[in-house]
Amino acid sequence: MAFLSRPWPWWVAGPLIGLFVPILLVFENRQFGFSSNLRHLCAALLPGDVEFFCYDWRSSGLWNLVFLAGTVLGGYIGGSLLAAHDVPLSAHAQAALTALGIHDLSGLAPREVFSWSALGTLRGFVLVVLGGLCVGFGTAYAGGCTSGHGVAGLAAREKSSLLAVLGFFAGGLIATHLILPHLF
Amino acid sequence: MGTMVAAPSQPRSPSRARRLVGYLVLGTWFGIVLTKSQVVSWFRVQEMFRFQSFYMFGMLGSAVLVAGVSIELIRRFQVKTLDGDQIVIPPKVLGRGYRYVLGGTVFGIGWALTGACPGPLFALVGAGVSVILVSVVAALAGTWAYGYLRPRLPH
Repeated sequence: MAFLSRPWPWWVAGPLIGLFVPILLVFENRQFGFSSNLRHLCAALLPGDVEFFCYDWRSSGLWNLVFLAGTVLGGYIGGSLLAAHDVPLSAHAQAALTALGIHDLSGLAPREVFSWSALGTLRGFVLVVLGGLCVGFGTAYAGGCTSGHGVAGLAAREKSSLLAVLGFFAGGLIATHLILPHLF
Repeated sequence: MGTMVAAPSQPRSPSRARRLVGYLVLGTWFGIVLTKSQVVSWFRVQEMFRFQSFYMFGMLGSAVLVAGVSIELIRRFQVKTLDGDQIVIPPKVLGRGYRYVLGGTVFGIGWALTGACPGPLFALVGAGVSVILVSVVAALAGTWAYGYLRPRLPH
């Protein structure tokens, strides 16, 4: 039980994530990819007249939406029931984030930004709202996220997934080094 | 889901409901792994984009390795699905590749800002970071905007 309450090392968590690819394939020939859910949710909630959302989301996406419901539940179990510890960041990262202007390094996300009261501030708005917008737009445009391109696509040696992952890192570096310093 | 009725045209619907329970269990396990590994943490994602720890790289690398070896084994031994069907991994359409570079870059910006990719966004809601619900709604708006603009974007 002590292992369950502690943060897991990468060499445990990484292979466990990788195993989702063969498990889903063997289970029902499903492709591991989480961001399809954003499309399915749009198709279910507000398809409008948009061609991209006019398809039978029940037959193609219901399994994935059920998987999503599980992910929320798993977040509750892993993040609340099994005692959420502070993230064991490297000393360099702690120093860099403190220098950036973040004082509270406890929890899963900095409370001074990721809270309802900070939502009205510039950085709260950019990180929470614009960030979310970019996640939804970018994954739909690229046709996949960290799971679909980063894990499943790279594992299948897809050139398109390699391009996407290079894009992920280009974007992450832009936001981290060119945008964040102006917000703190 | 509880009121799912076995339609005569779908003789397999009882097993269909059972399969969905399987996806619920798999999704729950996914959420647990994401939170226990702290991939869901804004701090971890920042650490990665600042190259200040091997953690996330080791995690993604070992995930790709395990998935890649699995796919290789599935292909070599022609492993079938539980229903006995052939396993097919449909190839992605590369095209001119614009969508992957441009879309990937926009997502990367969002990943660094929110500190979460789509899976972790939902796991964080479960973990009690309730303001992330706003990010979820924003992500849905972003996906919807893509669907709307799709005919006019380079792919």
